[in-house]
Amino acid sequence: MNAPSSPGSRADTAIRARGLCKRFGKLLAVDDVDLTVPARQVYGFLGPNGSGKSTTIRMLCGLLLPSAGEIEVLGLEVPKQAEVLRSRVGYMTQKFSLFDDLSVRENLEFIAAVQGISRVVAKTRIDELLVRYRFEGRQHQLAGTLSGGWRQRLALACAVIHRPELLFLDEPTSAVDPESRRDFWEQLFMLADAGTTIMVSTHLMDEAERCHRLAILDRGRLVADGTPPELASALAGRTLLIETDAPRRVHEVLAGIAGVLSVVQVGNSLRVLAGEAADSAQAQQLIETAIASAGQRAQVSVVAPNLEDVFVAATRNEARRPTCAA
Amino acid sequence: MSWRRLWAITTKELRQLRRDRVSLGMIVGIPVIQLVLFGYAINTNVRGIAAGIADQARTSASRALVMDMLATDVVAPVARVETPQQLMVMIRRGEIGVGIVVPPDFEQRRHDGRPVAQVLVDGSDTAVQAVAAQLAQVPVDGAVPDPRAPARSTPPEGAISVVSFYNPERRSAVNIVPGLIGVILTMTMVMFTGIAIVREHERGNMELLIATPLTSAELMIGKVLPYIAIGLLQVSVILALGRWLFAVPVRGSLFDVYVAAGLLIVANLALGLLISTRARSQFQAMQMTMFVFLPSILLSGFLFPFAGMPRIAQWLAEVLPLTHFVRLIRGVMLRGAGLAELWVEVVALAGFTFVMMSVAILRFRKWLD
Repeated sequence: MNAPSSPGSRADTAIRARGLCKRFGKLLAVDDVDLTVPARQVYGFLGPNGSGKSTTIRMLCGLLLPSAGEIEVLGLEVPKQAEVLRSRVGYMTQKFSLFDDLSVRENLEFIAAVQGISRVVAKTRIDELLVRYRFEGRQHQLAGTLSGGWRQRLALACAVIHRPELLFLDEPTSAVDPESRRDFWEQLFMLADAGTTIMVSTHLMDEAERCHRLAILDRGRLVADGTPPELASALAGRTLLIETDAPRRVHEVLAGIAGVLSVVQVGNSLRVLAGEAADSAQAQQLIETAIASAGQRAQVSVVAPNLEDVFVAATRNEARRPTCAA
Repeated sequence: MSWRRLWAITTKELRQLRRDRVSLGMIVGIPVIQLVLFGYAINTNVRGIAAGIADQARTSASRALVMDMLATDVVAPVARVETPQQLMVMIRRGEIGVGIVVPPDFEQRRHDGRPVAQVLVDGSDTAVQAVAAQLAQVPVDGAVPDPRAPARSTPPEGAISVVSFYNPERRSAVNIVPGLIGVILTMTMVMFTGIAIVREHERGNMELLIATPLTSAELMIGKVLPYIAIGLLQVSVILALGRWLFAVPVRGSLFDVYVAAGLLIVANLALGLLISTRARSQFQAMQMTMFVFLPSILLSGFLFPFAGMPRIAQWLAEVLPLTHFVRLIRGVMLRGAGLAELWVEVVALAGFTFVMMSVAILRFRKWLD
């Protein structure tokens, strides 16, 4: 077994990808993505549906052949050394991919055997996982009859059964209630603490917020990359809160102005993201003028940017030209 | 090749099968139903067709002729009437399939050597027509059968034993059951494995399997192993029922029968796997199974004699594993031949398996695209 402490994994970078492209017929699903994922961290992959998150993850773990680009995962060249890589990474698919008609324990036994874990080791390991993921009373229940949260936990248990150094999770909590999600993330941080690098894709802001580092993907391109505070601070001064008696009217006024990227109503106030060119004073003045000339009254103040602002700023960017164009 | 991984796939298949009541039922249900259907219902040896008799001569010789005809058992008398016209009406109404007419001048015709009797036939049923041919050949002293009867050229009358020529044992269950082993194995084995891999794709299991160190050969062979056992179980069911219901003999060695069946099983499983790598859905896999199954039934010599087929159909048939199996199993079970004497068919089946399995393993790529 390749325990996380094996010498090869002590490198500080778990994944390095350069110029990664994937084309499905005419569709460019992943377009010139560069990634550097540090080891032993939870690395988030944020993006709307269809932004290329799954495709990127599948290329990184050697399930899809990239159309162009170079990938190095755990010091191995992918796709060339994908077979070697497979025993060192865990992969949890977006759709539940275990066997519905096998019990919890049978699923674990099957994956253990397929991962080449010896019978004796597998038995103790499975018992340990059943306890850690609280399956003791349910080990003979068929996987197909488990509820969403339990299924995801079983999928996670199966994905880590061979103690992978790197774990790919493709939208692991998209069909799970908030309670189970919190619980699931606790398990992820436990794994990261134990030295596992985790790459997790999500479209949920609160999950993205919890990652050590974050990459934002939009229509196949990497549009932002950094720690959540770094990403947020880059927007300092561009987020404004407007308090007004007539939020709908003010919303209409602001929506038409150049230099305003987005307006979102939150209760009776409006949250505005100003364009890149503006600094806080400019932005505030621009908006106040616009509101006044429309005959409305409002209180405008600068607020701290959050991850949602980061996401909007990153994905509302001006038109781009594809780099991987054939 | 890791035995642990191979065995893991095999146990998983067996566990899944155990919980799949429908498939489990089919394993035994298909052979039982087919055996009964082919053994009883689909009987090319026609018997007991309803017949009407109009004996207008009423002499001892005419009664003897009618009795001879009835003695063949292919017709069963349901009505005795006065005139041929009444028989024709009954045929039209579908009350009888065959009418036997002995004219009033039977004795005179017999003396003159003219046709002595007429067989009226419901020509809309080809099986009945064949029966008429049989009846028309019942020998009559000093007479030839009616040339107008829809039969082939009349055989020379007299001492020729028509009865032995139409041996009732011929083309009965004894002939059907050995080939039926092959038909059932072809149907179930190709189908089971045909859907085996497609199902993993449809349910999303494949993405997980591909992401593990499992190799293509381990996956393919592991999936096929349980079905070899299942196929041999089916063979046992058919042999036992065939013996019990139809007294089908096994004249060669039982071991040879199982070896022959084993060869066909792996050939069909390999073919099923190939289908599996090609089909996109379980439904497509079923369609492809039928695409192979129908020609197998029609061309293999199971239903229709191989020698009578056009050359191109024979070439096609040589590619089908069932053709070789039918020759093999009939040889072993009915003629008591050994496998060594039938080595050509053994080599053909083994070769088919090797080619199909290799193509299937090569075609299955451990990539999602």
